[in-house]
Amino acid sequence: MSALLTVEHLSMRFGGLLAIDDLCFAADERRITAIIGPNGAGKTTVFNCLTGFYRPDVGRLTLHRPQGPLYLERLDGYRIAQAGVARTFQNIRLFPAMSVLENLIVAQHNVLMRASGYSVAGLFGAARFRRAEAEAIEFARSWLERVDLVERADSPAGSLPYGAQRRLEIARAMCTRPRLLCLDEPAAGLNPRESAELTALLRSVRDREGIGVLLIEHDMSVVMGISDHIIVLDYGKKIADGTPEQVRHDPNVIRAYLGEAEHEALPAEIAADLRRDDRPT
Amino acid sequence: MVANPNTAPRIDIAALLKDAALTAAVAFALALPLIGFRTVDDPAGLGIETRFDWVATGVGAVFLGRLLLSWLFALRGQRPAVGSGWLAHARAQLDPHMKWIALAGMLFAFLLPFLPFSSRYTIDIATTVLIYVMLGWGLNVVVGLAGLLDLGYVAFYAVGAYSYALLAVTFNLSFWECLPLAGLFAAFFGILLGFPVLRLRGDYLAIVTLGFGEMIRIILLNWVPVTRGPDGVSGIPRPSFFGLPFTANPPEGVTAFHEFFGIAYAGSHRVTFLYFLILLLALITNLFTLRIRRLPVGRAWEALREDEIACRALGINPTNTKLTAFAIGAMFGGFAGAFFATRQGFISPESFTFIESATILAIVVLGGMGSQIGVVIAAVLLILLPELGRELAEFRMLLFGAAMVLIMAWRPRGLLAHREPSMRLHSRNHRGES
Amino acid sequence: MGYFLQQLINGLTLGMIYGLIALGYTMVYGIIGMINFAHGEIYMIGAFLAVIGFTVLGLLGISYVPVALLIVLFTAMLFTAVYGWTLERVAYRPLRSAPRLAPLISAIGASIFFQNYVQLAQGARVKPIAPVISGGYTVFEEGGFTVQLSYVQILIWLLTLALMVAFALLIQRTSLGRAQRACEQDRAMASLVGIDVNRTISLTFVIGATLAAVAGVMVTLYYGVVDFYIGFLAGIKAFTAAVLGGIGSLPGAMLGGLILGLVEAFWSAYFSVEYKDVAAFTILVLVLIFKPSGLLGRPEVEKV
Repeated sequence: MSALLTVEHLSMRFGGLLAIDDLCFAADERRITAIIGPNGAGKTTVFNCLTGFYRPDVGRLTLHRPQGPLYLERLDGYRIAQAGVARTFQNIRLFPAMSVLENLIVAQHNVLMRASGYSVAGLFGAARFRRAEAEAIEFARSWLERVDLVERADSPAGSLPYGAQRRLEIARAMCTRPRLLCLDEPAAGLNPRESAELTALLRSVRDREGIGVLLIEHDMSVVMGISDHIIVLDYGKKIADGTPEQVRHDPNVIRAYLGEAEHEALPAEIAADLRRDDRPT
Repeated sequence: MVANPNTAPRIDIAALLKDAALTAAVAFALALPLIGFRTVDDPAGLGIETRFDWVATGVGAVFLGRLLLSWLFALRGQRPAVGSGWLAHARAQLDPHMKWIALAGMLFAFLLPFLPFSSRYTIDIATTVLIYVMLGWGLNVVVGLAGLLDLGYVAFYAVGAYSYALLAVTFNLSFWECLPLAGLFAAFFGILLGFPVLRLRGDYLAIVTLGFGEMIRIILLNWVPVTRGPDGVSGIPRPSFFGLPFTANPPEGVTAFHEFFGIAYAGSHRVTFLYFLILLLALITNLFTLRIRRLPVGRAWEALREDEIACRALGINPTNTKLTAFAIGAMFGGFAGAFFATRQGFISPESFTFIESATILAIVVLGGMGSQIGVVIAAVLLILLPELGRELAEFRMLLFGAAMVLIMAWRPRGLLAHREPSMRLHSRNHRGES
Repeated sequence: MGYFLQQLINGLTLGMIYGLIALGYTMVYGIIGMINFAHGEIYMIGAFLAVIGFTVLGLLGISYVPVALLIVLFTAMLFTAVYGWTLERVAYRPLRSAPRLAPLISAIGASIFFQNYVQLAQGARVKPIAPVISGGYTVFEEGGFTVQLSYVQILIWLLTLALMVAFALLIQRTSLGRAQRACEQDRAMASLVGIDVNRTISLTFVIGATLAAVAGVMVTLYYGVVDFYIGFLAGIKAFTAAVLGGIGSLPGAMLGGLILGLVEAFWSAYFSVEYKDVAAFTILVLVLIFKPSGLLGRPEVEKV
């Protein structure tokens, strides 16, 4: 098992606020790594630095590929995506007026663009392009089957129910054929049954595609259930890093979630449940 | 207010009267200074004429109109929901037959010059309408598909027109040689402008493109040695029918169109030819757009319109993608400009003011962004109606502005807003569709 | 030196007028996040009201300058405010939840409507008025070139500064100002805590319109001629000023206006009058590319 992504000494400041403070961690292939922490701990900011939406002030973000390491901190967001880092968003960002299928085809843009000879061959209906397009549709269909959306393939993405939109967004990210999938609160707003389906989906992504998954999540049942590795942030600093079992019993973590001293005696399961109850909606 | 369908709505007459009176008061305040007093030229400076009777008539009309309207709404129990109603219904009914409607429209367009009621005047107007249809389709790529608000589209139209005019007049190049050049120049200007500004947010882009349109016009006005300034370029060669000119008495050694075909000379030949030329150009624009919409780049445009951030996360280069939309839209503007120049035979900066950009944009937006047929309908409405109401010529632009406001309030997504997916997994009547 | 100083004076005066119009743009943009495309026409209407007002007063024999000026200012502000209110009510409010392009189109429509309405109601000819305030100070003379600071210019400076102060107080001290700032931050939340959002937005348009009316009156006094087409260019330039200063920032609007006025004056004086508008647009493009948040605006962090 080798590190897919290493984050070294990442810091990000917004005005006077130090949102991320000297953060170091690694995410591996074929493993689900979760970043958890109270609201405002800087989780989404980490994602935004990783995927090129923010330029970090300090730090090195390395994506390890067979053809050599790639330093993400200086790349434009779309180049990072091309290099194999896909992401979803906390508040779903689909192309609402486009159909479900089109959403998945847009995700295969760069492959299709090359096949269409940057549109020139495509305009004349070249066989090469038609073949590539048929393959892209087939790939999209295989993902629609996995997220159970085949029936809705031709409906506008914006007309899907909330849970289906979440699944579609993950399928769309997977259609870019990433090496690392970053999910920003994929279980937010899902009911228990949908959460369970999501868990199964993420496991299958890890095991079948063999890629790394990096996850931000509030729902402790999801996090504890599927993560191989958990990183806990508080006020931009890493306060714990380990297996679910290790993190669950880490006094620093309990303190961060429940405040100082008096709750230190509480078992971690209760701590986690308390956390879930006052989760923001 | 929730209307109960079982009881007849009670109408509160006092409230209606009060509402109408308030509206009339606002109308009074609006009309009094600008309509009530009219400045007139006077040898001693400015004089004033009063027209209080006009104000009184106007205010009275507003009062009664408002009363009638709100009474009607009250009778129906509710205000009509914006964007719903018969038009959307009609659209849904017609949708499966769109292909046939489009074909019928095309057939009509091809036969138009030969129909019994056609005169030179009808063909002329139809040509003008088609220029706007083509411009609308070109701008539709930029605004409708890529969602980039371009308020300076006329600049590319101008670049195309001047490219053709100057190349033809200076270097004696023919229309067919200049047409691709005009498109290329316009596309080049599109890239030149687009490269720095396309990363801007929507409204900023609107203003910058507006400024760019004005800049081009100012340069055309003032760069006299090249553009001939406000006098414009005249004597622009007319197009020939593959080398056969449309002239009654061609120069020595040249065969004219009528001589070649052995028919009598008629001025209408050229008019008809121009009509078919623009019809052809417009159809090419349309086919190109329909086709490119089904290519990856077209879908990327639409995706950018929907959510640029998500596009970046999927590895789409937003700047390049927008740039292609901008350049292609500009290119079609350039083609249309070249046609305009050859049709008029004379161009000047006067023809390329902001109002042209606004008209083209209005055609795209009123038609329903992204809808190719919507563009045709809107162009026919906006160009034809003012032509029909010649007596109202004075009020033409006033009504045009008012129509833009009212249609937007009525259908904010445009008359025929409807999107058909660019590809399908299932056939049209699949049950999974909602 | 004298020539330079004269251009400085002229540029500052022009800049103050741009600044006054720019305030309207920046306020409306701050509160609804949209360009009020018809704002330039509101200013043009203000200028026309000034022409009509001065002419009517002249015919009535009211020629004492301070009285005439006050009456014209007041009536122009009042009636222009009604235009601003109507504009919001008709072209913006019905489209509050519509796609972003819709209100822009309806505002362009309103702008075309206003232009043609004034043209039809008042005629297309340029309207000149007799100078209301004439004369001025000679600042200094140099080799036959006199540097003039006219009374109109002084009036424009003083009035603009007074309005700026009053305006700053209004935004910072009154409940209307608080409501405005709240709506800028989060409109849904503002309405939840009991702020009448519609009323606040209406008032923003009204205030913007009254400031534009003052600018219109000043321009009428300054140049002595008005036509129905002045709103378009002035509108774009004032918007440029607002962007230059940082859209949403009130001092920025004023600063942007002054810079733009100076650039225009010096450009016309030392380079070419014909291309002064090109200079203004070039500035707009450069600012947007290199400092999109403007000189005094807050940089915007992209929400992901």
